[in-house]
Formats: sequence, C-alpha cells, structure tokens
Amino acid sequence: MLECTPQTITERSAGKINPAKTCQPIGAMYAALGIHKCLPHSHGSQGCCSYHRMHLTRHFRDPIMATTSSFTEGACVFGGGANLKTAIKNVFAIYDPDVMAIHTTCLTETIGDDIPSIISSAEIPAGKLVIHTNTPSYVGSHITGFANMTKGMVNYLAESDGKPKKEQVNLLPGFVNPGDMLEIKRLVKAMGIKFIMFPDTSGVVDSPMTGEYVMYPSGGAKVEDIRDSGNSKLTLALGSFASTDPAHQLERKCKVPALTLKTPIGIKATDELLMALRQSFVQEIPAELATERGQLVDVMTDTHFHFHGKKVAIFGDPDVVIALTEFVLSLGMVPIHVLTGTPGNAFEKKVNAMLLEAGVSARVKAEGDLFELHQWLKHEPVDLLIGNTYGKYIARAEDIPLVRIGFPVLDRSVHSYLPVVGYKGAMRIIEMISNALLDRADRDAKDEDFELVM
Amino acid sequence: MALDEKDLDAMLNAYPAKVKKNRKKHILVHDSSQARQEIEANTRTIPGIITNRGCAYAGCKGVVLGPLKDMVHIVHGPIGCAYYAWGTRRNKAKAEDSKQNYLNYCFSTDMQESDIVFGGEKKLAKMIDDVVATFHPNAITISATCPVGLIGDDIGAVAKAAEQRHGIQVLGFNCEGYKGVSQSAGHHIANNGLMDKVIGSGELTEAPEKFAINLLGEYNIGGDGWEIERILQEIGYHVIAVMTGDGSYAALKNAHVAELNLVQCHRSINYIAEMLETKYGTPWLKVNFIGIQGTIDSLRNMAIYFDDPALTQKTEAVIAREVARIEPIMEQYKRLCEGKTAFCFVGGSRGHHYQGLFAELGVKTVLAGYEFAHRDDYEGRDVIPEIKPDADSKNIPNLTVTPDEKLFKLKISPERAAKLKQTIPLSNYQGLMAEMTDGSIVVDDLNHFETEALIKALKPDIFASGIKDKYVVQKMGIPAKQLHSYDYSGPYAGFNGAVNFAADVSMAFTTPTWNYTTPPWKNQPLLAGTIESN
Repeated sequence: MLECTPQTITERSAGKINPAKTCQPIGAMYAALGIHKCLPHSHGSQGCCSYHRMHLTRHFRDPIMATTSSFTEGACVFGGGANLKTAIKNVFAIYDPDVMAIHTTCLTETIGDDIPSIISSAEIPAGKLVIHTNTPSYVGSHITGFANMTKGMVNYLAESDGKPKKEQVNLLPGFVNPGDMLEIKRLVKAMGIKFIMFPDTSGVVDSPMTGEYVMYPSGGAKVEDIRDSGNSKLTLALGSFASTDPAHQLERKCKVPALTLKTPIGIKATDELLMALRQSFVQEIPAELATERGQLVDVMTDTHFHFHGKKVAIFGDPDVVIALTEFVLSLGMVPIHVLTGTPGNAFEKKVNAMLLEAGVSARVKAEGDLFELHQWLKHEPVDLLIGNTYGKYIARAEDIPLVRIGFPVLDRSVHSYLPVVGYKGAMRIIEMISNALLDRADRDAKDEDFELVM
Repeated sequence: MALDEKDLDAMLNAYPAKVKKNRKKHILVHDSSQARQEIEANTRTIPGIITNRGCAYAGCKGVVLGPLKDMVHIVHGPIGCAYYAWGTRRNKAKAEDSKQNYLNYCFSTDMQESDIVFGGEKKLAKMIDDVVATFHPNAITISATCPVGLIGDDIGAVAKAAEQRHGIQVLGFNCEGYKGVSQSAGHHIANNGLMDKVIGSGELTEAPEKFAINLLGEYNIGGDGWEIERILQEIGYHVIAVMTGDGSYAALKNAHVAELNLVQCHRSINYIAEMLETKYGTPWLKVNFIGIQGTIDSLRNMAIYFDDPALTQKTEAVIAREVARIEPIMEQYKRLCEGKTAFCFVGGSRGHHYQGLFAELGVKTVLAGYEFAHRDDYEGRDVIPEIKPDADSKNIPNLTVTPDEKLFKLKISPERAAKLKQTIPLSNYQGLMAEMTDGSIVVDDLNHFETEALIKALKPDIFASGIKDKYVVQKMGIPAKQLHSYDYSGPYAGFNGAVNFAADVSMAFTTPTWNYTTPPWKNQPLLAGTIESN
C-alpha cells in the first residue's frame, strides 16, 4: 500500500499529491441544501454537478439533488447566459423549488459570467427566489465554498427591520453533519434561547424512509427565518473558516454583532459555546446540560489511561481539526502532526497557540496534502490517526488505527446522523478513540497478556 | 403494466414545450414490428435538467486513463477534478511491481487564481519534474480540466518538452469538461491518444503465444476483468493487453500483436477496435461477459474465430464444468427473483449487458437506457453512416489511421472474415433494442423527473442505475442496485460474477429491512374499544 511514497521528504513547489481538500462548489452545494425547499444549481460543465452529487450522496447515503447549466464548448465561447436562463426556467417549471441557489465553477469564473445580471434578466416565477454565490474552484477549498454560499444567503435573504434586535441568536454551524446541526440546536434549545440556524441540512440529507420520495424534505432553514436573522441580537459563527465571513457580512448588512467560536467539538469548545450564550442571553445553564458535562468529565477521567500520552495525527477541514486538536489535548493526548488542505494562516496560528500552551511540539500545516502527512508519519509514527476516509490508505500502509471524523466518510455509515459536537459528541469521540486504541491493543496482545477487563 | 406512446406523451406534458419536444425524441416504446425505430442520443442535455451525465474529463481520466496502473496521471486544473476521480470508480489493479502502482495516488496541479491569470504551464512542468524525481514512472499522462482550455495552456507543448527533459513518454489529453455532451467525448479523447501514441510502440512484432487477444472496454470494476481472464486463461487464451482495467502502459504498447480484439463496452472503445483493424489487421469481436449465456456465447464465438479443435474442446469443457457448478446455486436465487421486473439504466453498455443476467434470474427488464451512449449502441452499427456530426461531436478531434507499414498483419483472410460475420458478431454490434421485448421502454439520458414518473407508472421491483439516483429510488421502497460501482461488491462478470450478482439482487429483494418501512401505528387507529350498548 502506497509503496511509491518515499520516506525522504523533498521540497515540492507545484501541485498536490493526495489532496486534503476539494474545490469550492461542493461546499456551496452542501450549504444550499441547508435551505428548506432549495435546489442547488451548478453553473458550469455537467461533470462538476455530477461529481459533487456523487460525493455528497456517498457521504450521506441520501438523495442529493442539484441541477447544472450543462455547458458545451459553444457556451464557453458565447458565455453561459443562455444556458443559465434556460436552466432557471426549467428548474422552476419542472422541479418547483422555492429557492434556486446558484454557485459558479472554475469554468464560469474563468469566462467571467456575470451571474447577477443573468439572474436579473431571467424569467423567475412570482414568489420564487434565485440566489447566487461565486465559488471559483481555484481559490480556497470546499470550506470556502460553504462559507461563500452561506454569505450568499445573507446577501440575498437577511434583512433588518430597523427595530431593536430580538432576543434570538443566529447559529452558523459550518461544514458539519446534520447530526451535528441537530445537536447544536438541542443545546441551544435546552438553554431556552430562540435561535435561527442556517444553513441547516438536518431533515434534508438525513431524511427518513417512509416508502415515499419527497424531493424537498421537511428540514432546512426557512427563508423567512434567514430573512429574520437580520433582526437577531447576536450571530455565533461556529468555526472561523466556514462561518466568520458570512457572520461578518450579516454584521455589515444588518448590524448583528458577530462572535466567532470554535466548532463545538470537545469539552472546551462546548463550554465556550454555552458560556457565550449564557452571557449574551443571561440564561443559566440548565441542569440537563450540567449533568451531560459532568458525565463527560466522568468518562474522561475514568478512561484517561486508554488514551493519555498517545501520539496522534489529525487531518481534515480546518474548523474541525482545530477543535479536535484542542479536544485531544484536553484528553492528555499528544497531537504531533496536524494538517489541513485548506489554505489560511489562521489555521497554523491557532493550532500552534494551543500546542504552545500545552507544551507540545508538532508539525502543523495549512494547505498541505496527504502525501506529505504520510511522509511525516514515516519519520515520526503515531498511535492514532484521525481524519476522513482518505486516511485509510496511510493507516493501512503504516498500520495505524484510524478514527473517521470529518468529510468525507465514504466507507462507513451512520456517522452523519450522530454528533461529534457538544458534550454528547465529545463522549462519542472518546468512545471511538478508546475503542480504536483498545482494539489495537487486543489485536497485538500475546495470549498471556490478553485481558478481559481493560 | 405497460405504457404506450400516448401515455409517454401525457407524462411529458409536465415539461415546458421545448423540453418536451426534445425529450420525446429520447424515449420510445420498443416495437419490433416497425422496420426501425430511431432514438436521439449523444446530444446535449438541456440546462436545468437533473441528469446523471458527467463530463469529458470524467470519461477521459476517470474512466479510460485512470485504470492504467503504471502511469502517473496528472490532472491539470483546480483541485476538485483530480479529487473526485481518485479511488471513486472501483477499477481494481494488482501491480507486478508495487513500486510502479500509482492507482491509490492523486496528482493535481491545484491551479490557483494566479495560474488562471498568468497561465499554468510552468506549474505543470514543475509538477512533472517533481513527479519524475520522486516516483520515476514509466510514463505520465496529463488531463486538462475546463479552465486549462479556456486560458490556452498548451499541455501538448509542456508534455513534449517534458519528454525531452526526462526521456519518458508524457501524453497530454485535452479533455476539458465542456467538450462534447457527456463522458463519451472523454473516452474518445483518451483512447485516441493511447491509439496514436502508445499502442504499437512496444518491441513485439508478433504474439508471443497462440490465441493472443486484447480485451477492450473492460475496466475491471469490482474485479470483473479478473474473472474474465480466469476463464480465458484456463481455456488457453493469452491476454496481451486490457483497455484499461488492471491495464498497464507496458502491456498496452504491444497490443498490436493480438490476433483478436474483444470488445466488451462497445460505447467507449468501438472506434479504437475499428482503428486497430485498419492499422494492424486485427479484427474485433463483440463480446458480453455479463450473464451466463452471454459469457457462453462470447466464449463459443471466440472458439469459432480461432477454429482450433483443442481450443474448442477446452472451451466446451470449461463451459460445461462452470455451468454445472453454478447452475444449482443460480437456481436457488432464481426462486427468490422469478417474476420480478427491472429498470436498467446504466452508462453505455451495461444498460444492455445486464438484461441477459436479469433474465437468467427470471427478472424482466421493462425499461432500459444509457446515460451517454450513441445511436449505434441502441440501434446497432448499421446506423453509424446516418449519424450526422453536430457542433459538439465536431469538437472531438478525429483520428484517421492507415495500415502500419511494419506492423500491419492480416490476421484472417477477408473471405473468412466475411464468412464469419454471418455467424458471429465480428466487427458488429446489434445494439440494445434488438434484444428488448416489445412494449418495453427505451430512454436515453434518463433524468430525475422521468425516473420518478416512470417508476410510478411501471412500478419496477428493482432499479439498476448509479449512486445519484439510488437513494431516491430506495426512498420509494424499491431496491436500487448500483451498476456502476456494484454497491462495492463484485465481480459481476463471468460465471462467478453471475452468482455474486444473483446473491446481491436476491439480498436486495429479501432483506427484512423493507418490512419496517411502514410503522405499526400507520394501520391501527389510535382509539380502540367497543361501543357499549345499554
């Protein structure tokens, strides 16, 4: 497995080998699914839409519907206006969404299609909405695309009525699973605080089996709620890479103060989320959540010898990796390799600050790739790898247990329904980490060392 | 239940007029009493339609080039295109030399905004240099993505310069996603390049062993190619090269010495089979190793072609043994599947190939179609002269070949070829419709709206298609079988494959999980009791 990867690290200045990111449009498509009755539209060649639907479908094991402008060479020469206008007409006539959310691709960005002017001259049925965002594939990553589509929601939908702000909080969850979005909502609900979450893919890409196919399932953020987000008194941007930009846009547009927190993975990040809500809304932490936290700490303490001191490598999307790094530090683990494929200096700065505080020295890199991560691991092995499914090749090559967290997870199921956020999610992560390490210990134990109780 | 033309017309009334006019030409009710039925295919998908189709890049790098295991495939473009074609198609490969197997690697130039503005050629050249220094591959391919063609990067020139620097072949493929109307354009672009630059460059001038064949259009999804090779090798065939499942650059170079080319996927490779005949004198035979009878027929036709008593005898012996071995197993599965109906909408050949295998399980295909086929895949090769090139097909460069001065060798006489054509599908393919029953529906480029409407109308028991519609169909309570990726199972080809398929389809029908779709409270009133009478 991966036997062509040499241990010697040579400097590579061009391109990526085994990337740890993908392109903007898939993030935009995923975000758009988080609006109720919304059909995402990919303005580009058919392959983009097909690939994004394929990948998202494989991760969620649920229908992912989206349309495409089906570019041909002629459209590249003459511009995609005609294709997009035809698409808008057909989308509403045939698939009847409430909202059509257009994102661009590298093709349409390169030829410079002006989406707002095409939209303004398109036939849009009364009461229907078309929103858009620019997602050039050659800038940022899928996380940038998610942020851009969320920003598009703010640009097109959020409005302030000019009255005093309401006692409600906007929650921008970032690029996480529907199971995570549900859990974040449960925490805020338990605090007794009114909230608006967008995008919200829960109830959309985790739809139930009923024997009937519904093109637009019951979930997703309602347009009127996104509109009302301009009247909230606070926006919590969960994860700086996926959520800060749209939160700031909402602050600029509707004067809703924005506060960026980590994706609430792990005890500290969850504490911070609850403390921010407690302070802003003067609501005491309910007993239910206090108990959950106590149970988590109980588990952390009871099982610390399963994971304490173990070396770990973490890769994936920046917001998730930053929070995971913080959490494994809280568990007494030693993250020695931390990598994201998404570009951005803030990643290295944030992770390095946490590591400095914990007294751990590690290789930390933004805009890295898995080929490089593999080479690091050949130099400095770890006890555990945490990342998405693409890590399984390295895990096999180096015989390291892998805990699958992040996007995409293509070879295991159920993950999108269960949270990694909040106290419950943290407990689930501990279970995954402990099980992976203990399964490995069992596998490697001699008969005489094989234990009943661990 | 059956549908007639009127029902179809009514169904399409939900479309805007222009869409209806277009789609009507892509759907028909099969009727063999008509001298011929024409279907429109390989034309543009209308913007805004939820299609299953992909792009030229997907066909070129994703399907044809990707499986060649001993070449480094660099994708020149922003990160996504390389990423989505990385390990996603299940084209398995075992490498003779594990240090020359790049199948689990993904190479992207990861173009950034500055590359779009100032050009990406330098970055591409640098990446080639890095790749050669680190991996020492036998050869490299470069696949272009949409922006590359738009900004005018000359990947051919970069490739040529790199060849001179490194002394290995570097092949450029201009398979930008907007070319053509589907993956099919990309198959063509990839195969043309391999035909032009790789095949015929090996050292062999004749086949090293008797009964030397190439297997064309077999991508070894789930190990299909390995099962086919198991059977062929036992009979005594020598496989020179496979295009391209578990294929290699090293083997492909000598593909010209084969005595016969087998064509499994007609769509993706028939023009290469034609060119190989013109250039090297090797005829091609349409085969179908999906299904027991398909496999048997293919093996017998091969034996007829080679006309060798020992080979024919061995062919029959292997068929007899394999059939005796698997028939009792198939019989058990047939009991679970008998009498059911299927939709079979896949790619460019499987929409046809799997009908025979379904039939062997007692499952009738009531609707079939292709995602990216051309008219000849539906109507047979006789229609090819009638297909007029349009603006989109004209964008795919046409490769013209002539007999190779050194390597052309007529493998069989024209007289014998003419005679054989009367009994076996030598250089011929009758298309999907020839084998479908009257009243069944044929749909080209089936889309989401039609999928839903046709399922509601015909209520099939199983829907064979891909991942994008799988869960839509399952939500309707109908099992969906992925025939692109086999739901991560396989092989489905050959004798063992038929058993695997039968087991998987039976599992889809019989899984107890379907029993829980309706919750118990749906069919029971909330209040239960008796009315008291005084």
